[in-house]
Amino acid sequence: MPEPSSQKIPVTVLTGYLGAGKTTLLNRILSENHGKKYAVIVNEFGEIGIDNDLIIGADEEVFEMNNGCICCTVRGDLVRIMDGLMKRKGKFDAIIVETTGLADPAPVAQTFFVDEDVQKNARLDAVVTVADAKWLSDRLKDAPEAKNQIAFADVIVLNKTDLVSKPELAEVEARIRGINPYAKLHRTERCKVELADVLERGAFDLDRILDIEPDFLEADDHDHDHHHHGHDHHHHHDHGHGMKHYHDEEMQSLSLRTDKALDPTKFMPWLQNLVATEGQKILRSKGILAFAGDDDRYVFQGVHMMLEGDHQRKWKEDEPRESRLVFIGRELPEQAIRDGFERCIVS
Amino acid sequence: MSEFDPGEVPSIASMTDQVRPVPLGMAVTSVHFLGDTAHFIGAEENVAVVGGEGEVSQTPVHGGAILCSVSDGERIVMGGDDGKLVALNAKGEVSTLATDPKRRWIDAVALHSDGAVAWSVGKTAFVRPAKGEEKSFDAPSTVGGLAFAPKGLRLAIAHYGGATLWFPNMAAKPEFLEWAGSHHAVTFSPDNKFLVTAMHEPALHGWRLADNRHMRMSGYPGRVRSMSWSAGGKGLATSGADTVIIWPFNSKDGPMGKQPAMLAPLQARVAVVACHPKDDILAAGYSDGTVLMVRMEDGAEILLRRNKGVPVSALAWNAKGTLLAFADEDGDGGLLAF
Repeated sequence: MPEPSSQKIPVTVLTGYLGAGKTTLLNRILSENHGKKYAVIVNEFGEIGIDNDLIIGADEEVFEMNNGCICCTVRGDLVRIMDGLMKRKGKFDAIIVETTGLADPAPVAQTFFVDEDVQKNARLDAVVTVADAKWLSDRLKDAPEAKNQIAFADVIVLNKTDLVSKPELAEVEARIRGINPYAKLHRTERCKVELADVLERGAFDLDRILDIEPDFLEADDHDHDHHHHGHDHHHHHDHGHGMKHYHDEEMQSLSLRTDKALDPTKFMPWLQNLVATEGQKILRSKGILAFAGDDDRYVFQGVHMMLEGDHQRKWKEDEPRESRLVFIGRELPEQAIRDGFERCIVS
Repeated sequence: MSEFDPGEVPSIASMTDQVRPVPLGMAVTSVHFLGDTAHFIGAEENVAVVGGEGEVSQTPVHGGAILCSVSDGERIVMGGDDGKLVALNAKGEVSTLATDPKRRWIDAVALHSDGAVAWSVGKTAFVRPAKGEEKSFDAPSTVGGLAFAPKGLRLAIAHYGGATLWFPNMAAKPEFLEWAGSHHAVTFSPDNKFLVTAMHEPALHGWRLADNRHMRMSGYPGRVRSMSWSAGGKGLATSGADTVIIWPFNSKDGPMGKQPAMLAPLQARVAVVACHPKDDILAAGYSDGTVLMVRMEDGAEILLRRNKGVPVSALAWNAKGTLLAFADEDGDGGLLAF
């Protein structure tokens, strides 16, 4: 019997390029006096300085699902480890999966989408990416893995900010935002971050797909953000006004919105077809949708070709019935996506 | 969830009043008989040994989760997340057979009728023959399951991309049986002619060992976690659907081109199956807690336990086929003598 979502064990995926500080963050999480017990799935034993019988070594085996879809990859070792961990249910409150520095977070996330037994007991909470403020800009140029990890993230811990100047920091943040404007970004030294900012985020909880807005913009419309272009005022405050705007040639985000109702008989086939044909390029997708003749908000999210969606709740009286979608991906066919979306609007 | 209502299904005979309830007080994952004594394997740490009068005593075996267990009727061998391979015999003696130096998980175990034991840690499968030295084999990926062939010292190792047949005492290169996907549990047919794996996807895969011809056994709504050969190896009963699926293996072609028998349908998934060792009868435990006994010839059912909502996790006959033991995930167990 599937357990209600709230009783499922939350799983945080911790990624980050080599040397960014994943282990530092992990040690911080484990050593902090939070009264919680974590099961931690790591690649290398011995890096964790905490004695914990729930630290499990993993082999990071990425398997293709046998369904003919080449991007439907899962972590086979995780399926096995989750099975074993469930025998110790009640002995821990949450699970943290650390990936290797070169890992693509998608197979880990997809394991929680496709495996029935895993899904029954655990839920993906968030993908947290630790990035090195000093070296990330370089890695984004030469390491596709680093770019993937930034694009995939729900939370980015921008670490080692004490090793860079303010302009350098603004530069690296702008590069991150050029790829992924939606992740929550925290600037840290030695990964000193509030645990509440990285754990229990509910980033994959359909009920919480609310903050689909770019993290660094409150009222501004992200799509047409070019008036900031080139104005670097060296400000150091949270909303990044005055930030340089970078456009990453390879990895982008695309946001769509309309205040006109969508036709579900057109939209759903379009979305499914889009992820079926372009799913390899689309890393993450999310949306809040207003369908014609439907008083409920419909929410969805996806990882590559895998989608899940549901009616969420009634639209509130004072709430604009607006549909918003976000795609983060590689070489997204922007115009084709925009045109396809337009055709789903009830005329 | 509502209780099973016999009024709705008047045709089902019931023996529920003859079951001796055994409250085990711990989460249970499987059960084995040593002689006529049922040994319920806990999810963690302990084995609950149930005596003839239904008295329960706990034997500590592992310092954490018990990940796998197997029995030959003489002893039970278990692997744990404490990195230990432990044996328990009918006298209640516990011995540690192996300890992983890095405390890695012991994921799979197998026992040979001649006393050899096999276990796996990550990608590595180990065999310790009854006499002779321990040997190991590195599979291409993490070992999903292990099984000894009924004849000779030959070990089947399931992994990603297929299964490997390894003769630990021979220099010959292990034989690789390829099939795309991730293979978990593995079993030889009792006549040594077929090898069957339960895959990560909801399907079984089989090979006829004479010519390595493939057999795809699919159509399950859920992953197959329990497989049991019927008496004489005529059929392979499996969990994973809302009926017991039994694949025919009584001809040289096995299930190739044949439909499986589908018995004992319920509105719940079959979680665990156990065929009677001598007669064409099987017991099936369901995800809603129901336990049925089913005659394979005509599908006639006898209710042994009503649905209680918690999935059945353990089911076994003793070697003579006179006792049946079962338990659910919460440790609510039962014993039935025939």
